[in-house]
Amino acid sequence: MSTDLRPRPQAPAPHKLSETPNPSGAHSDRAFRYLALGGGLVVFVVLALIAWSTTKEAWPAFTSEGISFVTSTTWDPAHGKFGALALIYGTFVTSAIALVFAVPVSFGIALFVTEVAPGWVRRPVVYVVDLLATIPSVVFGLWGIAVLGRAVPGFYENVASFFAPIPVVGTLLSGDPISGASFMTAGLILALMIIPIVTSIAREVFATVPSEQKEAAYGLGATRWEMIRGAMFPYARSGLVAGTMIGLGRALGETIAVALVVGANARVTPKLFSNGNTMAAIIANEFGEATGTHRAALIGLGVLLFVITIVIGIFARWIVSRSAHDVSTGAVR
Amino acid sequence: MKTSRGRLRASSLVVTAVALALVAAACGSSSSKSKGSSATTGASSSLPSATLNGSGSTFQQPYDQAAIQAFTQQHPGVTINYAGGGSGKGQTDLQGKLVDFAGTDALPKPADLPKYTGGALLYFPFVAAPITVSYNVSGLDKLQLSADTIAKIFERQIKTWNDPAIKADNPGVSLPSTSITVVHRSDSSGTTNNFTTYLKKAAPTVWTLGADKTVNWPSDTQAGNGNPGVANAVKATNGAIGYIDYSDAKASGLKFASVKNAAGKFVAPSLDATSAALQTATINPDLSYDPINAPGDASYAITSPTWIMVSKNQTDHAKGTVLKAFLTFVLSSDGQNLAATADFAKLPSNMLSKAQAQLNQIVVP
Repeated sequence: MSTDLRPRPQAPAPHKLSETPNPSGAHSDRAFRYLALGGGLVVFVVLALIAWSTTKEAWPAFTSEGISFVTSTTWDPAHGKFGALALIYGTFVTSAIALVFAVPVSFGIALFVTEVAPGWVRRPVVYVVDLLATIPSVVFGLWGIAVLGRAVPGFYENVASFFAPIPVVGTLLSGDPISGASFMTAGLILALMIIPIVTSIAREVFATVPSEQKEAAYGLGATRWEMIRGAMFPYARSGLVAGTMIGLGRALGETIAVALVVGANARVTPKLFSNGNTMAAIIANEFGEATGTHRAALIGLGVLLFVITIVIGIFARWIVSRSAHDVSTGAVR
Repeated sequence: MKTSRGRLRASSLVVTAVALALVAAACGSSSSKSKGSSATTGASSSLPSATLNGSGSTFQQPYDQAAIQAFTQQHPGVTINYAGGGSGKGQTDLQGKLVDFAGTDALPKPADLPKYTGGALLYFPFVAAPITVSYNVSGLDKLQLSADTIAKIFERQIKTWNDPAIKADNPGVSLPSTSITVVHRSDSSGTTNNFTTYLKKAAPTVWTLGADKTVNWPSDTQAGNGNPGVANAVKATNGAIGYIDYSDAKASGLKFASVKNAAGKFVAPSLDATSAALQTATINPDLSYDPINAPGDASYAITSPTWIMVSKNQTDHAKGTVLKAFLTFVLSSDGQNLAATADFAKLPSNMLSKAQAQLNQIVVP
């Protein structure tokens, strides 16, 4: 508290639109507000229209299948049976494989670029990784089916025979039968496709960690890895989770690349080297020829995918907000 | 600043020029369109200028493109686009009047007919082609298969090439013990529909997977995308077998199995055998017919029909006139002789005359 008794200047009264001396400025302000509001509403309206019209088209399949649409694993158009469970499973499994491979690689590249690499290495690496993001997904799919799918069966056989005696992992890394077009191949291609996105977000996030945090960790005697784990990861956690969720969102919806390499066989199996199918891939493969209930069921898969993506988005925001809150309250782990 | 404004003006000029060049290139190119060139020989066209749009079956697409090209060369004011996309897409497009004609390998079910907002439909058969059972087994040049054996192979009840059932179909032929790799379609297809319809018809006690454009195949099989995809997959694996339409199978150089027809004869897929099957097929009043497992010694058993569907009551004079003229061309001797160049069989005379008679039912305002 100061003892300065000079009269202090009054803060100016807050501007009211009606009192502004510049009427055209007020109009443009109001116009801008309505424009921005309108833009936001248009997005909402379009989303609502998409949800409503797809559900309407899919309704015949929902009514004819009932709850077995999401609980049955049999997708058999020839006999009028449309169960989406195997496809939901395939979508999640391929996306999970993609995350398992892509996240460590992306974080590694991001850390390398921000912490380890000298300047002359940094720029080419960043450039090449960003270039990966510009490759169209159909090119990934064609490469997958022509090159990767042909080359991996031998590799899968070796891996399967090596891990066979180990209980859980042995079952995961086997096939029924082992096929070049499989969950694993699709997951690997998806990993390649989401690495650029996750890397660039992680890179940005790591770059914003304040140097005081890093120097403080070094000052306490941390090694580089301990500094990264103790000072950078907690600070960057919300951003890293957000980046991972964006990668997951892309993997869930990827259509053409997966349709070409996943094997077109809707089933639930823990053996990842076997052929399978995903929601987006089966829609791409079957929609052109589908009529009647089959078509409605495919649109129903689209509705399911829409709902799942929204749920994952909400979940992601919740995780991100929780991580951000932890950081802002100063928790350091 | 003068230089920065000059630079801005120059770069915006460059951008505008590039954009205009792209637009000009797009307008001038002909991708799936067939436009008659102005420097063609032939009589000047008496047809009104019009653009027709069609979509649907990719099975008939090679013939459609050949016919469109020949027809539009004679009539330079006419443009016809056939977009493919599958029989289902063609039917949906015709329901919504998005196209003037639809190609389809299977006719709409009676329950779907009210969806066609253009009113009553006419079905025009015009070509047909066989579906081959192609295989890739080193050392095996000739193969004969009966319907039951094919059904068992594709259902994975027979897993090796030297199985007794295959031996029974091929007396005196030495078969290797290679395991069989079955290749089917990953995408929905009229070819799958006709192949499975044949198996359901010819091997009813053995075939349990039903007949549809998409079928729940056993899990230890491979999938290929499109007829060329199946052909590539069969070519890549020794011991593989798959069902491929005739022109793609020919192009891939694979060998075909001779299939036992309803008369008990093993017949190889060919255009002549297809015509024989068409000749013996029963033609219904609405020109639907079923050549699958047709009777007759020379008939090929797995023959695929296909139709062009149009609305009976046309609403536009120019388009209706051109559509009628195009179908007349397809059903003329010129149009029918084009079929062989695209690896399709032309219609036999009884079917052709019925189709030509149906042309008069198209009502043009």
